[in-house]
Amino acid sequence: MDSNLIFPPIFHPFFLPSIPKHCSYDISMALKLYGYPRSGSTACVITCLLEKQVEFELIHVDLFSGQHKSPDFLAKHPFGLVPVLEDGEFTIFETRAITEYVCKKYAANGTEDLLCSDDLRRSALVRTWVEVESNYFHPAMSPIIFQSFVAPLQGMSPDRKVIDESLEKLVKVLDIYEARLQETKYLAGESYSLADLHHLPPMFYFLRIEGMQAKIFDQRSRLKAWWEDVSSRAAFKKVVEGMKLEN
Amino acid sequence: MVVKVYGTPFTAPKRVLLCLIEKGIEFETVPVDLFKGEHKSPEYLKLQPFGSVPVVIDGDYTLYESRAIIRYYAEKYRHQGTELLGQTIEERGLVEQWLEVEGQSYHPPLYQLVIHIVFNPLIGVPQDEKTIKDCEAKLASVLDIYEERLSKSKYLAGDFFSLADLSHIPFTELLVTKVGKEYMIRDRKHVSAWWDEISSRPSWKKVTEI
Repeated sequence: MDSNLIFPPIFHPFFLPSIPKHCSYDISMALKLYGYPRSGSTACVITCLLEKQVEFELIHVDLFSGQHKSPDFLAKHPFGLVPVLEDGEFTIFETRAITEYVCKKYAANGTEDLLCSDDLRRSALVRTWVEVESNYFHPAMSPIIFQSFVAPLQGMSPDRKVIDESLEKLVKVLDIYEARLQETKYLAGESYSLADLHHLPPMFYFLRIEGMQAKIFDQRSRLKAWWEDVSSRAAFKKVVEGMKLEN
Repeated sequence: MVVKVYGTPFTAPKRVLLCLIEKGIEFETVPVDLFKGEHKSPEYLKLQPFGSVPVVIDGDYTLYESRAIIRYYAEKYRHQGTELLGQTIEERGLVEQWLEVEGQSYHPPLYQLVIHIVFNPLIGVPQDEKTIKDCEAKLASVLDIYEERLSKSKYLAGDFFSLADLSHIPFTELLVTKVGKEYMIRDRKHVSAWWDEISSRPSWKKVTEI
């Protein structure tokens, strides 16, 4: 899911990058997030940091000039991807590992325990639904977003066959989500967690594609209600400002 | 009550068996016949709605996704058996990081090689040479990064064995046997030493005997 240009970023930086105004620029900040704000994976980490009300410095990595493949950057992330988090002397990459680390280290911060760590079984369900996002949702979703947003800007026509095949897989996954959300308010249980959070950026982009809102929400009322709930959270709304398309 | 692990004799469930053995947790296995489509039966889909193996039933608690299951047991039984999560929050962060690398970068091309080289011939599907070549190239570039990492660190997350290493064992065993690409491991000195170390653990020997 992490972004680079060889395995192209899900979110295209065609729109002028803007660093969210909510980030502090104090160079002495312990937490440094290297990323591309419009990349979904970077957006997930920013959302998590905002939910936990943890201050950080966002350091913009220019994917288009190949900055993520420079020796300096490869020393931080040997796969040359974004995002990477530096917490003092400690460096960590992989989006879902970063958000988990932030939630554990800064457990006392913010208003929500995004790991449901008071109960081991509930916590395991958070991890299950993060795995579900990674193993079922993401492989179906990412080709649709690539074909719809990235391919055209690389001079290619969207491959309708790929989109249609992926959509067929995606709706089956979303049927399972709909059934799940009949039983619980959020994916992992009765409270908002990392499992819901990791869906926010890709869903945001997906729903901007014409016809997709109707396609997935018309017959899935619980999914729609869940989306309206999780996408209206203040932390994500701030991140969306940084992901918005220019006019 | 004993933990029930559904999905033997297939490969992903072996991650769970390894973890349970390392932590000294008793279990029983329940085979699921993927070739007969048992994983798509209504009864199975009630346990695991995506129709994959493994699933674990522990009394009244059901859990699926192998990497979620191993984290649960490693956490729940922290006080017994092998420590699989590191000692500090930072070490845990690195365990999670390399578990994600396994899931995001190592597993997908390796899984495709297993499907194309091992599974498809069994169901009469011809081998797709281009996919096999592309997946081998992807896996090779990941293994190059592992080689660099393991030249500085005995195991993936540090100088301690963890879930990150454990998660690699079952499918890597297929890579060096039925997939027929042991050279991908042996051509890389540090990866080779790491593989010998982790695959010679008594827990893996026990899993292969189940």
